[in-house]
Amino acid sequence: MSLTLIVLLPFIGAVLPAIMIRAGRNACATATGSITLLALILLMAKAPAVISGEVFQVSYSWLPELGLNVTFFLDGLGLLFATLILGIGLLIIIYARFYLSKDDPMGRFYAFLLLFQGAMVGIVLSDNILLLLVFWELTSLSSFLLIGYWKHLPEGRQGARMALAVTGAGGLAMIAGMLILGDIVGSYDLTVILQNADLIQASPMYVPALVLILLGCFTKSAQFPFHFWLPHAMAAPTPVSAYLHSATMVKAGIFLMARMWPVLSGTPEWFYIVATAGLVTMVLGAWIAIFKHDLKGLLAYSTVSHLGLITMLLGFGTPIAAVAGVFHIINHATFKAALFMTAGIIDHETGTRDIRRLGGLLNLMPIAGTIGIISAASMAGIIPLNGFLSKEMMLEEAWHTMWLDQGWVVPLLATVGAIFSVAYSFRFIFHVWMGKPRDENLPHHPHDPPFGMWGPPALLTVLVVLIGLFPAVIAGPLVAATSSAVIGGELPEYHLALWHGLTPALGMSVIAIVVGALLLMRHGALISATANLSRPDAKAMFDCAIAKLVALSRVISDNLHNGSLQRYLSVMIVASVAIGVSGFYAEPDHTAGTRELLDVSPAAAIGWVLLVVTSIAAVVMHHNRLLSLLLVGVIGLIVSLGFIYLSAPDLALTQISVEVVTVILMLLALNILPKETPKESLPGRKLRDGVVSIAAGLGIGGAIWAIMTRDLPNSISAYHLANSKIEGGGTNVVNVILVDFRGFDTFGEIIVLGIAALSIFALIETVTQGEAAKRLANWVVSNRRSADRHPMMMVVATRVMLPLSLMVGVYIFLRGHNEPGGGFIAGLVVSVALVMQYMASGFGWTQNRMKVNYHGMIGLGVIAAAITGASAWVAGLPFLTSGFVHVHLPIVGEFELASAMGFDLGVFLTVVGAVMLALAKLSQVERMAEHIDVNLDPMDHDPSVRIATPEKEA
Amino acid sequence: MIEYALNFGFVCVSLALLMNLWRLTMGPTTADRILAVDTMAINAIALLVMYGIAKGTAMYFEGALLFAMFGFVSTVAYCKFILRGDIIE
Repeated sequence: MSLTLIVLLPFIGAVLPAIMIRAGRNACATATGSITLLALILLMAKAPAVISGEVFQVSYSWLPELGLNVTFFLDGLGLLFATLILGIGLLIIIYARFYLSKDDPMGRFYAFLLLFQGAMVGIVLSDNILLLLVFWELTSLSSFLLIGYWKHLPEGRQGARMALAVTGAGGLAMIAGMLILGDIVGSYDLTVILQNADLIQASPMYVPALVLILLGCFTKSAQFPFHFWLPHAMAAPTPVSAYLHSATMVKAGIFLMARMWPVLSGTPEWFYIVATAGLVTMVLGAWIAIFKHDLKGLLAYSTVSHLGLITMLLGFGTPIAAVAGVFHIINHATFKAALFMTAGIIDHETGTRDIRRLGGLLNLMPIAGTIGIISAASMAGIIPLNGFLSKEMMLEEAWHTMWLDQGWVVPLLATVGAIFSVAYSFRFIFHVWMGKPRDENLPHHPHDPPFGMWGPPALLTVLVVLIGLFPAVIAGPLVAATSSAVIGGELPEYHLALWHGLTPALGMSVIAIVVGALLLMRHGALISATANLSRPDAKAMFDCAIAKLVALSRVISDNLHNGSLQRYLSVMIVASVAIGVSGFYAEPDHTAGTRELLDVSPAAAIGWVLLVVTSIAAVVMHHNRLLSLLLVGVIGLIVSLGFIYLSAPDLALTQISVEVVTVILMLLALNILPKETPKESLPGRKLRDGVVSIAAGLGIGGAIWAIMTRDLPNSISAYHLANSKIEGGGTNVVNVILVDFRGFDTFGEIIVLGIAALSIFALIETVTQGEAAKRLANWVVSNRRSADRHPMMMVVATRVMLPLSLMVGVYIFLRGHNEPGGGFIAGLVVSVALVMQYMASGFGWTQNRMKVNYHGMIGLGVIAAAITGASAWVAGLPFLTSGFVHVHLPIVGEFELASAMGFDLGVFLTVVGAVMLALAKLSQVERMAEHIDVNLDPMDHDPSVRIATPEKEA
Repeated sequence: MIEYALNFGFVCVSLALLMNLWRLTMGPTTADRILAVDTMAINAIALLVMYGIAKGTAMYFEGALLFAMFGFVSTVAYCKFILRGDIIE
């Protein structure tokens, strides 16, 4: 349980900083820190057991049909990474409190940081690879937000976009790889996958899965050739760089390689892909770092290089190399996070990160200087710091490694990488801290920062020294626990110690330090010598690629979406016809249905004539929009009659109600639209459209004929008919399907209906304030108008009809469960009764008397439906299970009270709210165009005044 | 006896519907057409009620009820549109 809590705490806690920022910056930082501290304490409580070899596991089923379950497990590897994420996270939170300026929105920063933290912890503790992928994507998203935190800076936004594009694309590849892996093993649980190494490596899909997963890892961990995004992500605030881009996120790829090490490593493919990519990245990153004048740029490329080192060690595929890799993960996290924080201090105190302007800072800021120098020395691999230990182990492993049967390639390149590494580390030490100040006009006068800023890196530096001096005591147990988790078997023989005797690795180390120092002495010459070398600019290439992709997608979408409704419809209809025809010919049996045909009654034949004639008339007269509206209305009428004739009274009632609401809506719109449609199609187009529509009509008619002339096997209708009374408590199967059997669908639909109505409201609200408002103001009333705005006869008639129609609404609502009717139809009936009042007496008068908030009504409806559905949980039943009782009341008699009634009430309220909101809002556009004030009286003439006047005269 | 009456009714109402159709398509004015649609709704009510009597069920009467209400409402809406343009002023 507490394992789940460790993952969930940062997510739950992410709301805290957003709220606590109102109580001040200290409160905000404290709240954030407490969340992380709590998670860290929970983790540490489990640490001793994990180090002694225990594995914690917790599992909840989520979507077991897909193999997607919420399962977490904590072993040595998970422990190491979770400790790094939460421990360094805590330090970063303290540091960021002092780093962020007053103008930066701190609440948002901490909220994003906690989201990221939760996602990272999720990755390292997930036992299900699908769950892991979810968290993986979450880290990409939250890091996007963090990198782009200073959204006023274009570099920040561009860097964030690049990081998201690269890591997101890698994540997509990885999803495919993981699915293949899960398919091979038959389970998505990591613990199961890890035990099936032979099965996976023997599978023909091993190489595709490997490549796809590695794509995800390499993009995330900035391995060559995907390393270019990391330096651009340095536009982020320094705490983000220190946290994401040195200690945690970029190590997610490494983590995954380590996690998958037992099943994926040990093959030549693994060795040549992973070790080579790591080796190239290590050398290339270190080389570029030498030439970076930006402190964070230098550290970014150094990070790329060190990630390459770890990747290479994992790529070697030997247990001892894996141990070295694990050890370097710990060491790199400590010294590099400290270095980033130091760089942030320098930036903060001097106002610049340009190494060419810095120098001699040690005298001005001795504390930060000491921290920076010790950490950088560890990065260079100087004895007796922790960086030396793991670098020795790396060189030792490199010495034994053959690459294409050549023994010299890896040791040589590893030494070259180490030389460059020493050079840039020394540059960080000598050009920044030592010597004389090079620029007297720094933006600020540098001095040591407050404790809150140097405390966190100082703590890390203490670790750097302690691990260096006493590796076996301080880091030994963790390294052992982690390594055994990575290797998944017996630990190899190794010693974490400073002195291993005169080994080749020691010699390589010495060479690296000496040559690296020499290289730095000739740094100026080196820079001028390489200045004219053409080097690929990753950002330009990336931007160019993205621009090409955007142009391509624009071409595709512009050509597909040219805005012609005719074209969309014809494509859709032709496709449907093609699918139908191909389906028809795919079936060999074309015998006619065996059901007996019914007689055609004369009334039905007349209805058919009406339908055909009005349809043709609609085609002929469609240029006159009012006329086509009338004709469509008649078609609706015949269709409603048809529903009744074919025993579907519910459909008929719905159709009748929908027709009238449609008419009102269309008339509202038609008033400010042209009354005639222009001639749009040439004869050729008309012919094509005619052929297409006739083919579609024949196809649909044929399909319906085929269905109606035979009994369908396996139809679900029988089940519904048999169970509607027993399970749903109603005899009207249609209504029981709506509110019970498929209640969840209906629930979704009323939500959609509510959203649609609110969108109409929002759209018109904005439209009536912009350019469209000016056009409406210039609208000229074209046709002649009757002077009778609100005729008395109409007002009186609608007033009389109001209570009657409301009664009909109540009646239809109440009988809905057992007889044709229900909430949807009742909602339409009531809306129409209300709209009638608006039509008769005008908007102004009616609105003053309708004190109902339609927005609230929609919300209320959805909530009512949700509460009804959820109340089934109280009885321990699934969502929306209905219950019902039989009640006997005097006079009314016995009737049934079903819980579905509450659900239907929700449907009713949503429908009324949505229809009224949409119509009322649309009519607002009309009023803007008409330029007449709304009427505040119920009708044009006041009868009482008229009678009074002659009396006065008399 | 009731069967004869019903059949007579069906024939009359069907003929009426055909005549409505004639007025609807021929016009000549929009008001003619609106009246035709309104009368069609009335004839539809008659059809429904007679159909219900013929089948011996009250199931279809709600349809007739709604036609009665809504036929009125849409006719009013059309008329208001012709007279004033804006149906909700």
